Amino acid sequence: MDLSLVADNWTLFAEGVWTTLWLVTLSLILGGLMAIPLAVVQAFRVPVLGQLAAGYSYAIRGTPVLIQVYLLYYGLAQFEAVRTSVFWPLLRDAQTCALIGFALNSAAYTGEILRGAIAAIPRGLHEAAAALGLSRWMAIRLVVLPLAIRRSLPAYSNEVIFMIHASVIASTITVVDILGAGRQLNSTYYVVYEGFLTAAVLYMALVLLVTLAFRMLEIRFLDAFTAGAQREKAAT
Amino acid sequence: MDDLIEFAPLVLSGLWVTVSLSLTSLGLAVLFGFAGVSLKLSKARWLRALGTGYTTLIRGIPDLVLMLLFYFGGQIALNQIGQMTGLWDFVEINQFVAGSLTIGFIFGAYMTETFRGAYLALPNGQLDAARALGLRGILTLRLVVLPQLVPLALPSFTNNWLVLLKTTALVSIIGLQDIVYNANQAGRSTQQPFIFLFLAFFVYLGLTFLSQLLLNWLRRRYTRHEGLAHGS
Repeated sequence: MDLSLVADNWTLFAEGVWTTLWLVTLSLILGGLMAIPLAVVQAFRVPVLGQLAAGYSYAIRGTPVLIQVYLLYYGLAQFEAVRTSVFWPLLRDAQTCALIGFALNSAAYTGEILRGAIAAIPRGLHEAAAALGLSRWMAIRLVVLPLAIRRSLPAYSNEVIFMIHASVIASTITVVDILGAGRQLNSTYYVVYEGFLTAAVLYMALVLLVTLAFRMLEIRFLDAFTAGAQREKAAT
Repeated sequence: MDDLIEFAPLVLSGLWVTVSLSLTSLGLAVLFGFAGVSLKLSKARWLRALGTGYTTLIRGIPDLVLMLLFYFGGQIALNQIGQMTGLWDFVEINQFVAGSLTIGFIFGAYMTETFRGAYLALPNGQLDAARALGLRGILTLRLVVLPQLVPLALPSFTNNWLVLLKTTALVSIIGLQDIVYNANQAGRSTQQPFIFLFLAFFVYLGLTFLSQLLLNWLRRRYTRHEGLAHGS
């Protein structure tokens, strides 16, 4: 294990960390935005749209991310119509394909978490919203979603870590993310441990940071739930 | 369409690799899981720390990184050990062995949590009752704990299996000829990658669906008397 090799190539790993960070962050944001309608149409059993969303979610969650990304990057190029379309400069690019693949993937998983959280909201709350004269849409926007999103937080931290894990797939389609940097180092200098172990340590640090950040977020946003329970405990 | 008929057998021949690799990995994961849960529930603090280290490590490092490290790194480490001790000459790690060991090791950590959760959900009274009956150690485990652990662990076990199944797609990257690898090959030969990757996509979807059917059936079988037991 030659640590000076890693130190000499720190810019390569810095580039890798940056790529992993923006890939994961953007995928989560785009996936999260798509997850909201996916979850709402399923939880409120909207005809046709609900079934379509459920089918999409099942297909994405039932297949490997690797195949999904391959389909986008290698698969779509098969079609003449794709290659001559205006989207081709985007779809030809490995980074864009990874981003689209991860976002579509995250949408399905995040949607499933949200759907569960919406379904777990007590009936009384919907009735209360209706009693206040809120329309269905207003009730969803002002009452249901804010509550469901807060309650999804613990499960969502797992999704974020899962996304970091899944993001290594980008390195298989030539993107230089953290693992891509490790692989590049290894193939340039004919070594094995230096690149992979450095990548492992960097991912480990990233996951630890995310875990800590979510613990703080949970204290901030879920206190209302736990504080109630603690008050009851204190009273007895 | 002709290409699909010609190359579909090649792609589907990878199905056998995917399924046998998944089952081997699952067996290893259960073994690693038992080892992990023994560590985590142990009375010695350093053993518990070892167990926590194992699950934290797996949560922190992506599967592909570990697989590449095991496959390429393990190869070199084994040969260095062989050279130093003079016990063996050059050995080559088989991709199937590297793949199933890595996946087994990774999902062993998830199984550890599954088993631990199920064990902790077991009412204390059960262990007290076993002691009162004069059962000890291994007998308590075999007659009282394990039979009740199965229905408690099954939902999380099912989930782990479904994720494990999808993780096996990664072995195509170290060159094992599974469904994904063969689909890529067929796609390259015919210049129709979409068709064959889509076939692989549907094969995985089918495997997921079949697994759910089977494991749901198992769950119903094991929880048949649940209602009665709780009612009494």
